[in-house]
Amino acid sequence: MTDANLDKPAAAVPASRSLLNGDERTKKREAAEKRFQYYGMAAICTGLFFLVVLTVSIVRSGLPAFTNAVVAVDFSLSQEEFDAAEGQLFKTKAYQGLFNTALQNKLTEAGIDVAFDDKAIERILGKTGGTIREYFRENTDDIGSPVMFELAASSRVDGYFKGRVTRDTLVDSRFLELNDLDIVDAMAEAGVLKTAFNWNFITGADSGVDNPGGAGIGASVVGSFFMMLVVLFLSLPIGVAASIYLEEFAPQNRFTDLIEVNISNLAAVPSIVFGILGLAVFIQFMHLPQSAPLVGGLVLALMTLPTIIISTRASLQAVPPSIRDAALGVGASKMQAVFHHVLPLAMPGILTGTIIGLAQALGETAPLLLIGMVGFVARGYPDGLIAGFTDPNSAMPAQIYTWASRADVGFYEKAWGGIIVLLIFLLTMNTIAIILRRRFERRW
Amino acid sequence: MEGGLVNDMRTIQRTDQMEDMKISAKDVNVYYADNHAIKDVNVEIEDKTVTAFIGPSGCGKSTFLRCLNRMNDTIDICRVEGDILLDNEDIYDARIDPVQLRAKVGMVFQKPNPFPKSIYDNVAYGPRIHGLANTKAELDEIVETSLRRGAIWDEVKDRLDAPGTGLSGGQQQRLCIARAVATAPEVLLMDEPCSALDPIATAQVEELIDELRQNFSVVIVTHSMQQAARVSQNTAFFHLGELVEYGETGQIFTTPQDSRTESYITGRIG
Repeated sequence: MTDANLDKPAAAVPASRSLLNGDERTKKREAAEKRFQYYGMAAICTGLFFLVVLTVSIVRSGLPAFTNAVVAVDFSLSQEEFDAAEGQLFKTKAYQGLFNTALQNKLTEAGIDVAFDDKAIERILGKTGGTIREYFRENTDDIGSPVMFELAASSRVDGYFKGRVTRDTLVDSRFLELNDLDIVDAMAEAGVLKTAFNWNFITGADSGVDNPGGAGIGASVVGSFFMMLVVLFLSLPIGVAASIYLEEFAPQNRFTDLIEVNISNLAAVPSIVFGILGLAVFIQFMHLPQSAPLVGGLVLALMTLPTIIISTRASLQAVPPSIRDAALGVGASKMQAVFHHVLPLAMPGILTGTIIGLAQALGETAPLLLIGMVGFVARGYPDGLIAGFTDPNSAMPAQIYTWASRADVGFYEKAWGGIIVLLIFLLTMNTIAIILRRRFERRW
Repeated sequence: MEGGLVNDMRTIQRTDQMEDMKISAKDVNVYYADNHAIKDVNVEIEDKTVTAFIGPSGCGKSTFLRCLNRMNDTIDICRVEGDILLDNEDIYDARIDPVQLRAKVGMVFQKPNPFPKSIYDNVAYGPRIHGLANTKAELDEIVETSLRRGAIWDEVKDRLDAPGTGLSGGQQQRLCIARAVATAPEVLLMDEPCSALDPIATAQVEELIDELRQNFSVVIVTHSMQQAARVSQNTAFFHLGELVEYGETGQIFTTPQDSRTESYITGRIG
């Protein structure tokens, strides 16, 4: 065929055309393709732009939550001073006095002359005496040698140091007076006041509404963790078993069709509906404890189930039927075929679906509103494993919501910081999903 | 109609030699929902011979083959009527476990479908689930003999741990044959085993089928009439769900009784 055509190529085509000169149609087609590529690139660039804006604004607003202003003073306490202070009636007051003297000396050393009283220091640093006394009572060996104390400044001083509070915006109050800022400036000039990493934000629990400085996300991280445990151990086995049954064993009839349709619908049900269901069923009817990660986990497990079932069924369907035939052909029972051959091949999809479902549940706030996990809940760590499930606690997104709704501007940066922590958790989970997918992926 | 008559007479003659028959199918009808796919098929398959099913696409030969080890059970809408006797036992009897049946009637599929596991595990899977080996040494033995029977041992003996999916198409198909042989079946069903293979691999598989005949009865579905003529002793011609003609291969290809068979093998239909 080809040989025959080679002899007279021009005869078949009316006028000889060079391939180098494209005709109008071709040019149009190419232009359309180019245009489409530009649209695509524009879409991606827009997406990237918003991603960058979002990331930058989150990081800029949230990073200050990870640092706080501290007053670092090296302080040495002699045995005599310790004995004398312990002998007094107001013990912490004595320590406070000693600390103030040390601070005064430090400032004078730096050549700065500023006068302050105990009250001002209390407004700036809180009750320093107690902290110092506690330290020396626990570490008696350190008496006599210099110890570096890093005392967290109050949230207004912290805000002033970070630029959130200025002399113009500060209103004289019992929390901080305008004159106190002179002392703060002096301490900053002497290098006593500096920024340090705020471990308390990572490890601490929620604080009262007027103490944004002491608020930490640690306790609600633990709450989220226990909730995720409940979600994982409920929704993964139930979801996978349900999808294997529906996909591989169930007969095709009206009833299973109905179940399938309802599972798909369930995935689109707003999460707050699950919340009110949890309130009605788990708390009001079953009398499970309020605000407990157990109930939160149950509600989120219900929410995650459709996601897991849908992704598991999709990955079971993606396993080529030839593998099932092969297993059945050598005399494997249906269950052996599924568990020995189909399930391992579907594993990457199942795991990715599960982790995506968990990540979704981790970021879910609305159902938690209704079961009482929002508010001043995460006051401390649960003691013990059982208490972790049943004690009132919050979860990361609910904690962020709580902070964001508080009046004190100090909580604003805490909310952003909480979002950074939450995003780090989500990124970690997605990374795990990708790694698991790579590891389990096999070709057929 | 005439062809059907001839066929019926032959069936009656054949009942005299029942002891040689491995599988006998009587009045088999298969329906896919409302679609009547197999119509009153009667076939006697002899032991230790190669029987070829030929016919145009969609004539029901693969469907009938899949009835012989009840692979059609996996299709919900498929319904089988009639009797299929394997060693005089009805394989559609309620007491028959299809799992045991499939261990006795092995199958090789059209497309090579090795498990995404090592070559060794591919072959060892059947013996493992049927408990054919008690020790590792016995299992090794079974794997080696099966791979030798599949005429692939020399090519893979140094890389039994390599994935079966990494082999070439022809090697994969021979691996699948070795896998089917490993469960010590008595009948081997092959559904167009060479359709995805090149001529060299096809020749190897055909040679293999000829060797397997000594131990198994082989039923092969093929689109290639040359292949049917080369490897089989008996040939059945299916057309539109009916078994048109069944007899010795030489006779079918040289002096077909039915005009439809003649048309098909001379290339006028199908």
